Amino acid sequence: MKALRAVFAATTALCAATAANATDLEVTHWWTSGGEAAAVAEFAKAFDATGNKWVDGAIAGSGGTARPIMISRITGGDPMGATQFNHGRQAEELVEAGLMRDLTDIAEEGNWKEVIHPSSLLDSCTLDGRIFCVPVNIHSQQWLWLNNKVFEDNGLAVPTTWDEYAAAAPKLEEAGIIPLAMGQQPWQTTLAFQVLLTALAGPEAYTKIFGEKDAELAGSEELAKVFQAAATARDMSKDSNVQGWNDATTMVITGKAAGQIMGDWAQGEFQVANQVAGKDYTCLPGLGVNEVIMTGGDAFYFPKVDDPAITEAQGELAKVMLSPETQVAFNLKKGSLPVRGDVDLAAANDCMKKGLDILAKGNVIQSPDQLMSADSLTQVNDLFVEFFNDPSMSAEDAQATFASIVADAD
Amino acid sequence: MSAATRPARWHRNISAKVAAVPMIITAVVVFIGGTAWTVLYSFTNSKLLPREKFVGLAQYERLWSSSKWLISIENLAIYGAFSLVFSLLIGFMLAALLDQKIRFEDTFRTILLYPFALSFIVTGLAWQWILNPDFGIQHVVRSLGWESFNFDPLYNPEIVIYGILIAGLWQGTGLIMCLMLAGLRGIDEDIWKAAKIDGIPMWKTYLFIVIPMMRGIFITAVVLIASGIIKVYDLVVAQTGGGPGISSEVPAKYVYDAMFLSQNLGQGFAASTMMLLTVVIIVVPWAYLEFGGKRK
Amino acid sequence: MTKAPHLLKGSMTYDTAPEAGHDRALRHGDGTSSGNRMVEGPAGRKPRKALSRRNILIYGTLIVVCLYYLLPLYVMIVTSLKGMPEIRLGNIFAPPVEVTFQPWVKAWAEACTGLNCDGLSRGFFNSVRILIPSVILSIAIASVNGYALANWRFKGSETFFAILIVGAFIPYQVMIYPIVIMLREIGLYGSLTGLVIVHTIFGMPILTLLFRNYFASVPQELFKAARVDGAGFWAIYFQIMVPMSLPIFVVAMILQVTGIWNDFLFGVIYTKPDLYPMTVQLNNIVNSTQGVKEYNVNMAATILTGLVPLTIYFISGKLFVRGIAAGAVKG
Repeated sequence: MKALRAVFAATTALCAATAANATDLEVTHWWTSGGEAAAVAEFAKAFDATGNKWVDGAIAGSGGTARPIMISRITGGDPMGATQFNHGRQAEELVEAGLMRDLTDIAEEGNWKEVIHPSSLLDSCTLDGRIFCVPVNIHSQQWLWLNNKVFEDNGLAVPTTWDEYAAAAPKLEEAGIIPLAMGQQPWQTTLAFQVLLTALAGPEAYTKIFGEKDAELAGSEELAKVFQAAATARDMSKDSNVQGWNDATTMVITGKAAGQIMGDWAQGEFQVANQVAGKDYTCLPGLGVNEVIMTGGDAFYFPKVDDPAITEAQGELAKVMLSPETQVAFNLKKGSLPVRGDVDLAAANDCMKKGLDILAKGNVIQSPDQLMSADSLTQVNDLFVEFFNDPSMSAEDAQATFASIVADAD
Repeated sequence: MSAATRPARWHRNISAKVAAVPMIITAVVVFIGGTAWTVLYSFTNSKLLPREKFVGLAQYERLWSSSKWLISIENLAIYGAFSLVFSLLIGFMLAALLDQKIRFEDTFRTILLYPFALSFIVTGLAWQWILNPDFGIQHVVRSLGWESFNFDPLYNPEIVIYGILIAGLWQGTGLIMCLMLAGLRGIDEDIWKAAKIDGIPMWKTYLFIVIPMMRGIFITAVVLIASGIIKVYDLVVAQTGGGPGISSEVPAKYVYDAMFLSQNLGQGFAASTMMLLTVVIIVVPWAYLEFGGKRK
Repeated sequence: MTKAPHLLKGSMTYDTAPEAGHDRALRHGDGTSSGNRMVEGPAGRKPRKALSRRNILIYGTLIVVCLYYLLPLYVMIVTSLKGMPEIRLGNIFAPPVEVTFQPWVKAWAEACTGLNCDGLSRGFFNSVRILIPSVILSIAIASVNGYALANWRFKGSETFFAILIVGAFIPYQVMIYPIVIMLREIGLYGSLTGLVIVHTIFGMPILTLLFRNYFASVPQELFKAARVDGAGFWAIYFQIMVPMSLPIFVVAMILQVTGIWNDFLFGVIYTKPDLYPMTVQLNNIVNSTQGVKEYNVNMAATILTGLVPLTIYFISGKLFVRGIAAGAVKG
């Protein structure tokens, strides 16, 4: 009997020991395309090196598809070890409901306040002075992608600003080229408008409208020119008959269209088609007018769990994700910018370097996700979808509606 | 078994009652319970998580002032009417054709049914391409010489819902056909013989004898199609994402977008409550007619 | 033993002999008819000549319709055999210049979802593990429900049925959170059992309706005769109802196999990664939001995923036989 008890004790001890050393941590995320998966593998590799084990729970399709699944798991009382969210206000309520783990002690230990640059990234992880998430990368939307050859073939200089681009549009149209490629999916039109707003009205105006919900500014004369530009963009893209953003990018690559307003992820398509930045295509951050970068991106949250071994592993993972080596390895694969200002990205290409420069200068704005609730953003979305698809809707009407949405926004 | 050991009258149905327990639990707990829960939270301003902050009818006011919702309903009505009529019509005709003792019945049936098996996310993409004016049917016909040929249903807000209908029928009629075929196979062979002897033409036999005999199958088919119509979501997301603009939005998509994209659960619940209310208004009178009055 | 057992037995081994009579020659004049033709054969009249006008009409219509149905499949298969550069050229109907099976290999065995680069094959077995119990349980319960509703009504049975029918119209998404709460309360959240129950619940409304309406059309004489003979609830179900309703069981199977095999939402919400069905991989291959979209792999993956339901459709055709109710009543 005694022997048996000893065996039991030994087994329990053994189990406990292995648990402390190697904990399986389930991580949910929506990075599933080729490049994304390679980037995640960097995280997993670094995490496994700490003696723990990354259990992958990838679900493609951000927002609509993955989010209900993540929320169900967390509220169902059977949470994963860590989960991706866009940082910003998406997970606010989960934090408020006390379902997410407070990471403040780890953040202080790792001196996150100093190393994370720009600091606004950490702000959106903070609620009531406590830190709840780990930002891991920066994806920016403010890019105009242009096919150099299309311009040269038609005797035009490759534009360096939005105005030059808009001025070239009639000539391109004459040549049978669609000046601006745009996918029909709603988010793409909203993206185009936000980029126009930031570039033409300036980052301050953007922050005032989306952050402070300044409805007066939204309805002002100053913003009228943004809406006029949007109307121009609508006109330039009227023959663009595709749905997906990547189909639109393909039109630019093949020369059916001259340019596209899209986030930095469009670069992947150019690379796959063996196009060289600066030679075959040009990228203009902030449409060449106001060179700013939106610091949207991804962050990881850690649901609260009872198991101390998992809690321990969560802390490990948080540290690993922010370590300089992992940041470099991850972001090179992902095509995004690192969240630390103190790392060296020598391997970055032309467009990424432009981005890094802007980041170093501190020309950053927060993403709409960080500033406005998802509900209000959908209303903005709906407006621009309608505007871009209904030529009879005037710029003035759209602006008036926009101002009223901003007034009611939270 | 002899008559003496037969259970008492009230007792005799005990097996049926026991067998129906899963159904009763599902009906009461899941459907009534879940619906009550949904209706209750449609009066709150729940965002990401359900919470009890009641706001009265605010969600409903917003719902009915949303042009997206109004367009959704209009689209559903158009799509629903056409889909119901054509699914039944095509489904039945195909079943009747297959029921003519033809060769390769298995092959024909499988071909007609295969769209039902393939996830619409990608078949939707194939349709999107086929209907794309720049490289789909329009392009092919034009390159054959008919330059003015115009066919761009997914890119024209006026007719986009019909473009979705084309793919919807393609996907759904195979199943209805199978159901009808099962119904036809349940018709007594003697009926055909008798009709033949009396010299009744075939189409009359179908119309006045066979179809009335298949009433149960038709009701099943109608419910199957109608529930599919109300829930139509994938089809739209895969083909147009609700566009161009918001011209092909449908209610189920409105609900889903509100719940998971806008993170406004209350709004999604309000929209689904309205949908459910419509269904109840239609189904309850039917149920009453079906088994309320005439008990055999 | 009285008359009834004989009747039951007769219903299962049907014989066409009794009144095949004079019209037989008329209907099966081509001489190919056999004793069990009525059990297997469809209705309608057997044509006398192979190339009659009627035949041309029937086959012509069917072939035209089938061509229309096959058009998207053609586009998908052609696309799946092309390389990406060729797809970018944008002629969707053109056959591949250079046939490549790489997309199929990639879809099945190499496509990465996060860390796991073993394509669709990863979730295949899980899908089977989910499919089999879910299909069996949901059809078993719904057919018994339908049987009880059609033949053994009890007080309130119609009310519950009406509720079920209304339930058929609820969009799934709305029920996600309430069901998460219910499963959590009974301790089945995250388990295979929980998922099987969810599939059974959501299949129940339509399936119950399907069976109820079919069983209700079975001649009452049969049922009454069996009752007189003392056969109980289960005896009648297994010995009369099931054998007579094979086509409707096939339809139910088609519905459930397709629905459950293609289900993605419930599979991920109510289970954990080690139980994720194949559709999770399909979604991950097809639905990636950023990065390059490989249309050829998407198409191959979709067709591969559809193969299981397609096989079931094809095989189950053997069960699409004419009901044997009529003979049993008279025989």
